[in-house]
Amino acid sequence: MCGVCGCGGEHHPLAKLSPVPAHGHAHGHEHDHDHDHQHGHTQTQDHAHLSPGRLVQIEQDILAKNNRYATQNREYFNRRRILALNLVSSPGSGKTALLTQTLERLKQRLPLAVIEGDQQTSLDAERIRATGVPAVQINTGKGCHLDAHRVGHALENLNLQDQSLLFIENVGNLVCPAAFDLGEAHKVVILSVTEGEDKPLKYPDMFHAADLMLLNKIDLLPYLSFDLDRCIAYAKQVNPKLRVLALSAATGEGMDNWLQWLLAEQQLLQITYR
Amino acid sequence: MHELSLCESIVETLEQQALAQHYRLVKTVWLEIGALSGVEAEALRFCFDAVTRGTLAEQAKLVILEVPGQAWCTQCSIHVPMQQRFDACPRCGGFQLRVNDGEQLRIKELEVE
Repeated sequence: MCGVCGCGGEHHPLAKLSPVPAHGHAHGHEHDHDHDHQHGHTQTQDHAHLSPGRLVQIEQDILAKNNRYATQNREYFNRRRILALNLVSSPGSGKTALLTQTLERLKQRLPLAVIEGDQQTSLDAERIRATGVPAVQINTGKGCHLDAHRVGHALENLNLQDQSLLFIENVGNLVCPAAFDLGEAHKVVILSVTEGEDKPLKYPDMFHAADLMLLNKIDLLPYLSFDLDRCIAYAKQVNPKLRVLALSAATGEGMDNWLQWLLAEQQLLQITYR
Repeated sequence: MHELSLCESIVETLEQQALAQHYRLVKTVWLEIGALSGVEAEALRFCFDAVTRGTLAEQAKLVILEVPGQAWCTQCSIHVPMQQRFDACPRCGGFQLRVNDGEQLRIKELEVE
């Protein structure tokens, strides 16, 4: 049961909204003016003179609802001193392999947990559970991203220990997850060197939203024409504050650096400021 | 295609506001969409028509007010226009830019009955 929305387990936040009872008024309503949906969408505001309707100021952020859930998640993480990271990447960046390697190396050191987001299947969650780390799968169905509401429900099923490190593996997509705050401390974007080095320019919103970029599969660099420095320069062009680590989950090169970053971030959360 | 989720969010807001503001029908929705919000206006229109079907906004007209992007150049200490996130400062050519406008996704106003 969700504290904010009051929805039960069956509730799907992306489900089609049911029509309101009053919607019958919309049918058969004669308009004395023409507002054709194909051609009437201009930026002029003169239609206000044509319509007799009442104007209502709303001034509401379209993402307000998601952001409310994200704030609730963030408060939960802060209270429990849990470091939550939102891992984003395109499909095939090696995100799950990197994650399982990371879990193997950290599981003796601190409590870990994973929320797996995929459109279909629980294959990734099974790969995670094979490491012994608890994982919850969220299938977004047609949804292209995780939202804060679904993550909130996943948290109810995870029973996180205080001071945990929680990885939220988002749906493989460099576009949509950029817009949805899940309550995480940081978005970490993973880019593999088998992808184009210009991806930070092609998907600037994601690289702008991230705090850390992991360049994965660097063991393959000798076989590719990927220009590492140029890729980093592109990424810093859209986000001057972005930090970058280069690593290979397959060979372990650079993994220590990444683990140090995780441990340091988790340690920072244990400080009580006045 | 997160435009679909956004439209569902919009309809949800319209339905909530219908109770608070006492209306039964939405005739026009004005949205403010920033150039750097990552939202495609055409995709939004397409989804809006699909999502509003059978709701109080079924016949609503969608008006999108596009807000240009703007950033603060920390080198020059001036506001500069920004069409895309990878734009350089037109004055110094640098990328030390902090976005300060053009990221919004807001429902601004409604025409209701």
